[in-house]
Amino acid sequence: MYEKDGERYFVVDGHVHYWDASPENQANIHGQQFIDCFYGYHSALSPEEYLWPEEKFQKYSEEDIMHDLFEIGYVDVAIFQPTYLEDFYVNGFNTTEQNAVLKEKYPDKFILPGRFDPRDGEPGLEAFEELVEKYELKGVKLYTAEWSGKSKGWSLKDPWAKRYLEKCQELNVKNIHVHKGPTITPLNRDAFDVQDVDEAASLFPDLNFIVEHVGLPRLEDFCWIAVQEPNVYAGMAVAMPFIHTRPRYFAQIMGELLYWLDEDRILFASDYAIWQPKWLVEKFVDFQIPEEMGWAEYEQLTPDIKRKILGLNAAHLYGIPVPDEIPQSEPVGPAGQPTYPEAPLR
Amino acid sequence: MKPTEAAVLDALSGVRDPELDEPITDLKFIADLRVAEDAVSIRLRLPTPFCAPNFAYLIAADAKAALLSVPGVRHARVVLDDHHASSEINAGIADERGFEGTFPGNTEGEDLDELRSIFRRKSFVARQERLCRALLAEGHTPEELAEMRLGEVPPSGAFEKYLSRREELGLDVSARAPLVVDPDGNRIHEDAVAEHLRFARVTRLSIEGNAGMCRGLLATRYGIPAPEEEVKL
Repeated sequence: MYEKDGERYFVVDGHVHYWDASPENQANIHGQQFIDCFYGYHSALSPEEYLWPEEKFQKYSEEDIMHDLFEIGYVDVAIFQPTYLEDFYVNGFNTTEQNAVLKEKYPDKFILPGRFDPRDGEPGLEAFEELVEKYELKGVKLYTAEWSGKSKGWSLKDPWAKRYLEKCQELNVKNIHVHKGPTITPLNRDAFDVQDVDEAASLFPDLNFIVEHVGLPRLEDFCWIAVQEPNVYAGMAVAMPFIHTRPRYFAQIMGELLYWLDEDRILFASDYAIWQPKWLVEKFVDFQIPEEMGWAEYEQLTPDIKRKILGLNAAHLYGIPVPDEIPQSEPVGPAGQPTYPEAPLR
Repeated sequence: MKPTEAAVLDALSGVRDPELDEPITDLKFIADLRVAEDAVSIRLRLPTPFCAPNFAYLIAADAKAALLSVPGVRHARVVLDDHHASSEINAGIADERGFEGTFPGNTEGEDLDELRSIFRRKSFVARQERLCRALLAEGHTPEELAEMRLGEVPPSGAFEKYLSRREELGLDVSARAPLVVDPDGNRIHEDAVAEHLRFARVTRLSIEGNAGMCRGLLATRYGIPAPEEEVKL
């Protein structure tokens, strides 16, 4: 919970990690390159006082995560996203099972999504069902860019991906977090292309598709999809920290999201431990879209809108109880959404 | 005659990152440049080891072609440093195997032409938006822009950039052609032009934001001076 200027905010961090990328766990050079990449993001976009030494960034403790999220970071509930990367790390980067250790210890603090990989085929489908039942999963995190042997990625359009999504529907696993990242086959296509989300969201209208880091760097394609599909949500991981280094860019991202989507479909996330929720929450609550030429049509961020983004929207998706002291405004609903006649560029 | 470093750099400044639509020289992707008699060799560096290999390959191949276009250059060597696919890409560029030949079995369809075309179209939209935004700031209304012909647009750097990309896409650049068209050359009607430009703004924002991110990551990775800080709010 965060309180400022008499306003109270319930905070759900939509994207946190507890990883082990230590040299002992790196399976090969790619394990090192991957965490180096994360460290680059951390170093480039964090305020100086929040920078970690590389060694700590590779592997941090339970004490660190509990302190940074819940003791000082204002987070009420955190969504614990798994990232397996078993080709890069001996025991995986952070698997559902590893995340489950903290979830069992602090059941009210964490939401535990699982994952599936359509390349695991029929046997994977059974294993996925067991995972869902074991941990009572309500969501999955999908990482389409994950390497697996010779394969360098997959698409939500793959027939087996549809089988798994049918299974999600059957098991009431409603929240599908989709992460786009570099390197995917076919390698000659755009790895960040989010168009496969469009098809999946149309085929499965009862599932919610949360596109992590709002499809960046393909914000326009994401917005176009979200205009068409009311069950597509904007996950703010990676977009949030621009509030510090590039506030004008951040203002424009927020302005566009509020215009093309609506305030009910935007979810705060820190992507801990790449960034820390403490400074992100503080800066976001203070944030206003500046008055600039040509920005007049950007909607201003009221405390009610901020409350939705910081926690109420995610609480709604996962059925997290919200304390009575937090004012809850009505959803604006899809009415009045812009329609745009042109298809995205491809 | 031995080619000069300036001539080589000038040729390289014509190579743009297809995704960011900026010259690779401005982006500081050239880590090293050596000229010896009729041979030039350069080293390229990118913001992360996981930058998409397809764009990395396009940049390296375009850079090699640019080097060979300089009078007096007969041999050109391009080496990409610190990338997860450096060895494959460097061998592929040296032997001119093309992207498909460099990553056999990992591509599909038309080599990299389709990818290049998508990002040419995106940058066309972004350049059009930049030009139109400047015209709106000068007091034109969206309705006026919808009626405007290329011959009526006052000269500017943004206009030149827009025209060159428009020409590359094979679209009409004559004085009578309408200013606001989609990437297929279809004119945007008066009642759709405001929404068209609104959406074009997201494309422009995406490209500019991505370029800013890439500059920041490159600066952090190689300890070079960070790009000019934005004024904090």
